[in-house]
Amino acid sequence: MDAISRVSGRAIAFGAKNIDTDIIIPAKWLKTITRDGLGQAAFETIREDPDNIFDAPENAGAPILIAGDNFGCGSSREHAAWAILDLGIRAVIAPSYSDIFSGNAVKNGILPIVLPQAAIDRLMEVARDGHTIDVDLDTQTVTTPFQDRFTFDIDPFRKHCLINGLDEVALTLDRQEAIGQYELQTTAAQSWLTAGTQV
Amino acid sequence: MASKPRTLYAKIWDDHVVETRDDGTSLIYIDRHLVHEVTSPQAFEALRIAGRSVRRPELTLAVPDHNLPTTARVGPDGARLPIADPQSAAQLAALEKNAPEFGIQYIDAAAAEQGIVHVVGPEQGFSLPGTTIVCGDSHTACHGGLGALAFGIGTSEVEHVLATQTLLLQRSKAMEIRVEGELGPGVTAKDLILHIIGTIGAAGGTGHVIEYRGAVFETMSVEQRLTVCNMSIEAGARAGLIAPDETVFSYLKGRPMSPKGAEWDAAVAYWKTLHSDPGAEFDTSVVIDANTIAPTVTWGTSPEDVVPISGTVPEPSSFADPSKQVAAQKSLDYMGLTPGMPMTDVAVENIFIGSCTNSRIEDLRSAAAVLKGRTKAANVRWAIVVPGSGLVKRQAEEEGLDRIFSDAGFEWREPGCSACLGMNPDKVPPNERCASTSNRNFVGRQGPGARTHLVSPAMAAAAAVTGRLADVRELV
Repeated sequence: MDAISRVSGRAIAFGAKNIDTDIIIPAKWLKTITRDGLGQAAFETIREDPDNIFDAPENAGAPILIAGDNFGCGSSREHAAWAILDLGIRAVIAPSYSDIFSGNAVKNGILPIVLPQAAIDRLMEVARDGHTIDVDLDTQTVTTPFQDRFTFDIDPFRKHCLINGLDEVALTLDRQEAIGQYELQTTAAQSWLTAGTQV
Repeated sequence: MASKPRTLYAKIWDDHVVETRDDGTSLIYIDRHLVHEVTSPQAFEALRIAGRSVRRPELTLAVPDHNLPTTARVGPDGARLPIADPQSAAQLAALEKNAPEFGIQYIDAAAAEQGIVHVVGPEQGFSLPGTTIVCGDSHTACHGGLGALAFGIGTSEVEHVLATQTLLLQRSKAMEIRVEGELGPGVTAKDLILHIIGTIGAAGGTGHVIEYRGAVFETMSVEQRLTVCNMSIEAGARAGLIAPDETVFSYLKGRPMSPKGAEWDAAVAYWKTLHSDPGAEFDTSVVIDANTIAPTVTWGTSPEDVVPISGTVPEPSSFADPSKQVAAQKSLDYMGLTPGMPMTDVAVENIFIGSCTNSRIEDLRSAAAVLKGRTKAANVRWAIVVPGSGLVKRQAEEEGLDRIFSDAGFEWREPGCSACLGMNPDKVPPNERCASTSNRNFVGRQGPGARTHLVSPAMAAAAAVTGRLADVRELV
């Protein structure tokens, strides 16, 4: 995935709560066997309305999405993260996310920022007025041209992976010795765990 | 000195920590991995590109379910019938090719053992108490009904598990949902979990693993426990679990992939230690009174939008949260409902009995008990029963349940995810209503414009007979 440290530009003032991954990308689009080109399907039902926020000319190329509570709830489909990324989004700002979605986002180089509702309301106002927003992962801040400055928390391991664009599989493959040791111990203590796995 | 009392979740977590990083992230060993055709192709492709192999292929089980049409799979000559949708066919073919290429066990679409991953895992004895179980599907929480720590993962995590048999995770908070009292007649595990989701909200369990506790669960069958844990994700929790007991042990004993002989005895001895210790502390506790729960239905487009069948469509202004008022109005517009309307006045044109939530033998028995000697109402256009697996289907046929369904005007289908998610031919048409035993009433979930009311199997049967959402207690 691409490393990420700063995201600056227009933000889509979406704001809706409980946006499930069926809304982010309906199931009919999950039949693909690649990760590419899903931006066209992102928020499909919302984009049936010609006046929708995602296709508004002023939001073309916007790298930030502002959403409501529990963003990305429902299905585990990583297609939701792929679709948002393909739409050009590199940072989402919301009061909360589903656990699976925020993990999927980080693994694809999308920064899921958690801020309180009051900060979201202010950023929505700034975005609606057509101003840009700056996200700095290094300092963990979101700023506006009006001296608004919001700091956010992020799990240090996630931050490390995002800033360095790390592949978690490669990181873990470096720990094969520890994994092998664990397997030896459990096989000795709990042989039933693998006893029946071949029919 | 006695060790600090631990929750069931903590015990399973502690036993699976390979190592913990300085930043608090733990490398967690994964005992069982279920794979289906939708969320795995990109993971296999990534392994292929990076030249990586599967670390423990014998701990992974692949089975197609989401895309499969639920019509006949083999023709009269015994040959496999082609799948009409070329994209579905390609995705199914990819799994059929990837599994053997990476040495993974594969259950063929036409095999008797085929079914929905979350029905197959417990049924084959692949899913066991105290294990960590993952699958690229959020309803993996289901297997928590056996006392496993089971949760859904994304495709990047599928790749991570295939390559390393581990996941990098932060420990979740522990939530206790303690249910006191008993469920009344006609009130099922499905009604209980819908009521719980309505109580804590669709994000109420975010960041938590839920342990369901109380005498009501001790008297539940394994099938009912799987139904409860299945929908933990609809309350925002990645996993939900119930302490394993004799009911679980006797369910698993003798299943094809369960431990045998001395291995079985050792497993049971370990499983008996899997319960929260007295005095174990939970980060969050919720108490639910089972005695007050009625058969429950959804009115809106979030699983938290629940109401007793005796209730009415709510007024959006009745919600305290302004954003919920807006969401409720949008839901009512989508659902074509008017505030104040009794739920029992809502007419339904479609009935779906199936999905990983409610497609096991007990679910079918419960629906058949209501349908016996009755037929679907004239306004019910489409009614289907989709057994969770080929083995459930066979068992139901041995019990004559298929005849009861057919006589009542239902179609008796082949196993699969079917009308739960709108990615195979089974869909609900736009602006039509469906009483569905599935798990999600999201906008467009059962097809573009489809209006879903989540119900128990018995309530789906009651809706079929009356042509409206109905209180099953008045029919039995």
